[in-house]
Amino acid sequence: MSNTDFVLAIEDLSVSFDGFKAIDALTLYLDRGELRVIIGPNGAGKTTLLDLICGKTRATGGSIKFKNEEMLGQAEHKIVRAGIGRKFQTPSIYENLPVFKNLEVSFPRGRGVFGALAFKCTDDVSSRVQEVATEIGLAAKLDMEAGLLSHGEKQWLEIGMLLMQDPELLMLDEPIAGMSARERDLTAELLKRICQNRSVIVIEHDMEFVKRIAHKVTVMHQGKILAEGSMEQVQKDERVIDVYLGH
Amino acid sequence: MTPTTWFKRHGLASWLLLACLLLVVFPLLFDNFRLNLVGKYLSYGFVAIGLVMLWGYGGVLSLGQGVFFGLGGYCMAMFLKLEASDPITTKIQSTPGIPDFMDWNQLTALPVWWVPFEHLSFTLLAVALVPAILAFVIGYAMFKRRVGGVYFAIITQAVTLILTVLIIGQQGYTGGVNGITDLKTLNGWDIRTDSAKVILYFVNAGLLLAAILVCGWIQRSKLGTLLLAMRDKEDRVRFSGYDVSMFKVFVFCLSAMLAGIGGALFTLQVGFMSPSLVGIVPSIEMVIFAAVGGRMSLIGAVYGALLVNAGKTYFSESFPELWLFLMAALFIGVVLAFPNGLAGLYETYVKPRIGKRKPTAAAAPVDALAQHPAATTLDALPPGLTREEC
Repeated sequence: MSNTDFVLAIEDLSVSFDGFKAIDALTLYLDRGELRVIIGPNGAGKTTLLDLICGKTRATGGSIKFKNEEMLGQAEHKIVRAGIGRKFQTPSIYENLPVFKNLEVSFPRGRGVFGALAFKCTDDVSSRVQEVATEIGLAAKLDMEAGLLSHGEKQWLEIGMLLMQDPELLMLDEPIAGMSARERDLTAELLKRICQNRSVIVIEHDMEFVKRIAHKVTVMHQGKILAEGSMEQVQKDERVIDVYLGH
Repeated sequence: MTPTTWFKRHGLASWLLLACLLLVVFPLLFDNFRLNLVGKYLSYGFVAIGLVMLWGYGGVLSLGQGVFFGLGGYCMAMFLKLEASDPITTKIQSTPGIPDFMDWNQLTALPVWWVPFEHLSFTLLAVALVPAILAFVIGYAMFKRRVGGVYFAIITQAVTLILTVLIIGQQGYTGGVNGITDLKTLNGWDIRTDSAKVILYFVNAGLLLAAILVCGWIQRSKLGTLLLAMRDKEDRVRFSGYDVSMFKVFVFCLSAMLAGIGGALFTLQVGFMSPSLVGIVPSIEMVIFAAVGGRMSLIGAVYGALLVNAGKTYFSESFPELWLFLMAALFIGVVLAFPNGLAGLYETYVKPRIGKRKPTAAAAPVDALAQHPAATTLDALPPGLTREEC
């Protein structure tokens, strides 16, 4: 496969579990600074796709190039260090640690065993924590134990933990699941802000929300891409209406 | 940040209390025989604090710490045995100059791997490094393959069994089931005298207190935070760019090294090392020390080692046949009734009653919980998220 200008170029990607093809020869390109939303019915392979990109699941074949560098077969932590951050579907934060520590631990320095022993929370670390905490609206709760945050705040905290690493590609799996209407509004604004200098992939079911944030929408069905384009194009697509949106 | 500094100060206070107890109260209170017994219990304290790091912080349960305790102990015993087997004292043997059990087993020369143990400096290094290297090999092989939890515990049990069988089977090289006995001097210094035992007790107590400080420092470093984070959400740590397995390998090596040092001090104070001290049952007892003391508390683990061992000595003298049942009941009781051990009981019942500073620290999370409902949090949203930039 030749080199491209895309930040992420997935070609011919396949994975099967016991003969079941969860992802079937999928090809997808992502531009720099693009916010892509992936939609599709349950079992379409959306989360599996993210798992493959971040190395959680091993692909059976194909290629995933991030900034023209092959990511398939690399260890998870190396993929993260290359600049791919991933948020899980259920908020995945360190409940027993204060918000500050949650963010501090995500700062990309001292990642080796002895680096971690020698790590000091210097001014640049704490000012970065402050900056990110302000961005996600948790600046006033830095000392609070993360487990005591509301569900929406936990989701933001996890996004904040990813922002600490300043990834070039951010993948969010259902970031507004379980959020109230107001929290959704705030999250939409947050996503618009953070995609200004990075690419973002979002998996989402809420069509109203998708309309507000998406630059481009990819519809997945049975491990394949069914349609791709702007929200209006996709909404008019007969096949998409059949399998997902409904008449 | 004030609770943290307060906690640090509090940690130091309980450390000072323990230091006072070990270095002043016990030596004044006990005669030489009892003090030597306490010293023996304290050598298990190293294993217990190692388990606090590995099990409490790292979330990895090893039922094979006896292996590392034994390796450290055997390294020290080999040095002492070689010193006790000089050609003059062993001149009645058919091969003078080698340990007596080798002579009984028709060995005619010192095995090659025994030779470096003629040097004290090598031995002291080996005491810490041999257990650490074995832990590295096991840990690397297991954690890289994501073996964890109960499977890891079972594998450590298997390693324990293998080591015991090996030691017992290779009688000519290891002293077999009797172990390595008749240890006399350390670089010419007789370790059997009362004064030597008192000195060794202080060395042991001093090293243990130092080890607690080192472990405390590790707990407060980013590595300690990461261990807690891994126990909570391992995948989140992994997908934050950390090689989770290497952190587990590190803490496993650390616990092995501590256990090895404890084993060496055990050998010095008790005067022998045998396979009965490194097998499956002792390894499980070591976990009980940490569990009773509190697996999240370094200081608590030392008290756990002291109390359980003291109980063991008392009960096995008074009711020998009941001891194992009592031990089992103690373990079940700890797990069911107070999973955080003595330290946990202290945290919940004793600490709130002493000092008025604690209530403020404890009240903060409760208040936060009270205003937890989504409506309140939304109104209280900081400006960051309401700001419109796009």
